[in-house]
Formats: sequence, C-alpha cells, structure tokens
Amino acid sequence: MAREDDVQLSRDDLLNAYKRMRLIREFEDALHEEFSAGNIPGFVHLYAGEEASGVGVCMHLDDRDAIASTHRGHGHCIAKGCDERAMMSEIYGRADGLCGGKGGSMHIADLSKGMMGANGIVGGGPPLICGAALSAKQRKTGGVAVAFVGDGASNQGTTFESYNLAKVWNLPAIFVVEDNGYAEATASAWSVSGSQAKRAAGFDIPAIEVDGHDFFAVWEAAREAIERAREGGGPTLIHCRLNRYYGHFEGDAVTYKAPGEVEKVKAEKDCLMLFRQRVTEAGLLDAEALDQADREAKARIDQCLSEAKAAPAPTEAALLTDVYTSAY
Amino acid sequence: MPKKSYRQAINEALRQEMERDERVIIMGEDIAGGMGAPGEDDAWGGPLGITKGLMTQFGRERVLDTPITESGFIGAAVGAAATGLRPVAELMFVDFMGVCFDQIFNQAAKFKYMFGGKAVTPLTIRTMYGAGFRAASQHSQCLYPLFTHIPGLKVALPSNAYEAKGLLIQAIRDDDPVMFFEHKAMYDDEWEVPDEPYAIPFGEAAVTREGDDVTIVAFGRMVNMANEAADNLAKQGVSCTVVDPRTTSPLDRDTILETAEETGRVVVVDEAHPRCNMATDVAALVGQEIFGALKAPVRMVTAPHCPVPFSPALEDLYIPNAAKIEAAVHEVMSGVHARAAE
Repeated sequence: MAREDDVQLSRDDLLNAYKRMRLIREFEDALHEEFSAGNIPGFVHLYAGEEASGVGVCMHLDDRDAIASTHRGHGHCIAKGCDERAMMSEIYGRADGLCGGKGGSMHIADLSKGMMGANGIVGGGPPLICGAALSAKQRKTGGVAVAFVGDGASNQGTTFESYNLAKVWNLPAIFVVEDNGYAEATASAWSVSGSQAKRAAGFDIPAIEVDGHDFFAVWEAAREAIERAREGGGPTLIHCRLNRYYGHFEGDAVTYKAPGEVEKVKAEKDCLMLFRQRVTEAGLLDAEALDQADREAKARIDQCLSEAKAAPAPTEAALLTDVYTSAY
Repeated sequence: MPKKSYRQAINEALRQEMERDERVIIMGEDIAGGMGAPGEDDAWGGPLGITKGLMTQFGRERVLDTPITESGFIGAAVGAAATGLRPVAELMFVDFMGVCFDQIFNQAAKFKYMFGGKAVTPLTIRTMYGAGFRAASQHSQCLYPLFTHIPGLKVALPSNAYEAKGLLIQAIRDDDPVMFFEHKAMYDDEWEVPDEPYAIPFGEAAVTREGDDVTIVAFGRMVNMANEAADNLAKQGVSCTVVDPRTTSPLDRDTILETAEETGRVVVVDEAHPRCNMATDVAALVGQEIFGALKAPVRMVTAPHCPVPFSPALEDLYIPNAAKIEAAVHEVMSGVHARAAE
C-alpha cells in the first residue's frame, strides 16, 4: 500500500489532479446523458474511464508544450487547460464555442494552451507533434510535444513514420498509446501484432508500460519520459492499458464487449476510485476535500451545460470566415 | 536585368527568405543529401539540385534532410507551422501526395477553420509536377486541381522564373498553407529575374499577350505554349490575349472574365486530365458569368483522360502543345461547334 513518501506530488497537485479527472468524468457523463436525449449534433466519443492517462501526462506540461489528441479528445483538452465552458459550447455548435462552433467535438483545439486539436483522423496527430517538437527544439523553448494515440492509431503508418522521424531527428516527443482494448469494435488483442513496447524497441525508442487506471503510475512514467525529452534524450513511448466506459461513439450498443466487462472495471479499477483510496489511505488528502471536489465538478458542469444550451448558434456571417488568413 | 533559370530563381527565393526570417526552415528528402553518409555533404542539394548550397549556408538545423517518410515529414512541417516556424517542405513529386495527402487536406488546410480562426499554418509545400520527362504514370501528373478543390489551401503555378521567385517568396510570407507547383520541364528555362527579393501577390493574373480575337487562359507551363501559339496566330492575322492566372487558388476571376468579355472567345489550356480540372473550372466560370458575351463555345485544350504514358511516342501525343492550342483557336474563330464538327 502506498506510503506518503512514495508520492512526490504536493497536496495542491494531488487535489488539482483529482479535480481535473473528476471534471473530465462529469463532463463526459453529462454528454452521455445529453447525447442520449438527442441534444447534441454529430459524433461524440467519450473519454470516461481514461482520465488518469490524460491528466497524469498533462500534469507535467505547460503552455510551451504541445499535445495532439484524438477523436476521443475531451479529456486531453481539459487536462491541457482548455476552458471547459467554451468546450461545452463547441460541442453544442454554439457561436461562443472554443472554435466558434466550426470544429465540434472532434476538432476542439486551443493553440494558446498548446492543444493542437482533437483529430478526426486516426493517426493524424503523431506527425503533427513531430513538427511541434521540432519547432520547440529549433526555437529553444524547452518545450516537448506529446501525441496521444489509441490502440487503433498504433497500427497506422503515420504513427510508425513518426516514431522513426522522432528518433532520427532526436525530437522531444512522447507517444502515449492509450490502449483501451478496442479500436472501434475490434479488440486490440487481435488487431495489434507484437506489442507496443516491442514496436518502440524496433525504433530504439524506450518504452514504459503502465496501468492506465493508476494515475500515479502514469504520472511517474510521464515524468521520466518528459524529463528525458526536455534534456535532449529523444522520444519515449508510454503504453497505457485502460478502459473506456462508453462505446466507441455515443450510440454504440457495445455488443462486442463481454457482459459485465465494463462494470467489473468500474468496480475494481476505476481511476478516480483508485486515486481516492490511495490518497486517503496514505493520509495525503481527506475524504471531505475529495467530496467537495466532486460537488464542485458537478456544479461546474451543470453550469457549463446550462450556459452552452442557452448560447446562440453561429450566424451565416461566420460560414465563410476563417478559411484563409488573407482576403481570398 | 540578369537572366536566371527557374531553378536558380527558386533557390534564390529560398535563400533570401531564410536570410530574412530565421523561422523559415526547409525539409525534404535529400534536399541536401549525404546525411549520415561517408561522402560529400550537400551531395545532391535536392534531387534536381534546386536547394543546392542552402545547407552549406544555413546548416543542417535549418536544412533538414528527412527519411523517405512523406506522411511523417509533411505532417511534421504542418505541426511546425502551427507552432511558430515557417517551414518549406519539399514533396519531391506531387504524385507522392498519395502517401501524405491527409496531412495536407485534413490537417493543414482545415486548422484555421476548424479551430475557429485561431490557428495560423504558414506552410509552403514545394512540389514537382508535369509531363515531358518520360517519367511515366507515377512521376508526371499535374494534380493541382485536386489541391485547388480544397478550401484553406492556396495553390501557385509559376509559369517562368520571374514568377517562380516572386510567388515562392509570397508563399513563404503567406500565413496560409500554400502548394507551390514547379514544372519539372522548366527548371532550365531562363527569364529576367531581379536580384532583390520581391513578392507577387496571389490571385493576380498576368496578361502575357494582348489581342482582340480570342482569350487564351493557360496554366503553369502551358502559358509558354499559349504564348507560342499566340505569336504564331498573330502572323496568321488572329490576335490573342493570353492570361496566366499564376495561382489557381485564389483564382483571378476578374481578369479572366474581363478579357473573355472583350474578345468573346475563350480557349482554356490545362496540362491536367480533362475532368474537374482548371479548364472545366474556367469554362464553367465563363459560361455562368458572361454567357451573353460569348461568340463561340469555350474550347478546352487538356491532356487526355488516361495516365501519363511512358513511351516518348505516346507522351508527346499526351501533352498539349502550341499546335493543339492554335487548332482550338481556329475552331472558336470559325464558330464551329465541336460536336457538330466531329
């Protein structure tokens, strides 16, 4: 069992980590309800269950660092500091959305926060973060760049090309493979040959395998990878095994999983539950502080929802703006 | 004014912009050459020597040789452009877009719009296009219409060395992603090119010949064919205006329409395949906007709807030329409807 001296995070850091994870969970749970009620247009892919990965990694990052995300990007956005209120409006297609309602769930981005976008293309992100890492290196900002990819994207050629490029250019790049066991409806146990770590080894890239339900394991792995990158030691792959609680997309009946599969994970390995157990048993945070954080997150998301629903849609004037920087 | 080749003009534009702005970096396969190899550094300076000498001047940090990994490095150029650099990536042959198109049309082109206007992606992709090198089906295509189709991209098609330098400088200074098309058969063509840096604005056509009878709108290398045709036709008493749009995106609709209205007869010349290309685009524009001013149907001179053949005997048939343009001009002058004439 964890002892207090195992944990190198301050009380404030721990509380912030928990708050972030809880905020993501509330955000996603709320969207699940809202989508089921028919209130959200388009495609939505939820991150619930995977919070320890995004937050465990992004806790080490600041605004000079870039991340590229996936179609399952809400958690990465919140973890990297995107405004959840503007995100909610974006998902509802409102004018005051983070992207003016032009991007939606799959394209939320905030470059001022180093968030290079959720991405509708599986495997779209890894080449981009090679560029962001190259930019940080050239401009000597000390920044690093992180690509979150799923087990699905881990089979895309762009991902392999990026491993190679990051290695031969010695880039401050980190590839976080969030392996939730399923690429859409296909098991990674079947679709991924070899292993993520062996794949990295093939490129001479160090790999760390972690239980992605365990915030502390992710945090520690990310610390090592990001330190190495900042010091000029090149790329690292982190393989996070975790679970998603909802379908590939909202509306997915998830008939490909075993009966009770998700319920068992929720009961035994939920990242918020594990975090709470560890910090309370180690006396790092008390239950009341965590309960308070839970209430705050719920209230915040309720507020985001009601404001986003009341926000106006974009007008026709927005249709043709933002295509080009200059007059066209 | 000094004469320089298309190749020299492009090299000079890159050098001058790299001197002006340290955020400008260039990357591509063997753009220096010799990386990690025991022989000469800057061994190639690009497969056709376009970037020769830049590595020596700016170093490997700003002249990056890449592995053969188009998705990887084109994507990296996109990511670098979105995070503070102004990369010029060389996609050796535009035919290779098949292995990196996602990063161009789904990522670079859409960032600004998808992200609500907050992204700036000052990326230039230089790429080689066009037939005439006996390079066969996978190294000879035009493909600029495919990029022109995509909102968010700009597409430049310099028809001579003067335009190559000015349009490339504009591309590098532009805050939007630009596809810069270099015709491989023009690298040795010389033109008057000022020594000092200058930018040619996008969306402003050049009128290279002025005449009263027919307006010829031609793209890229075809501008030179159109000029040759116009000069031949002038001797036969037919005077032609030749319009070189210089960029297909944005397209200078005004100059095309104004000159077409003046002559009332239009021939469009495009080396691309005939379906959904620049010729059909211009023909549709003219038909929609100034139909009443037309004295004859618009004629299109394009490559045929087949892959680019290898055999010199076939490739010569494939590429539009001055004679084909002249024939089309005579057709519109005679007012003969093509279908009826067949």
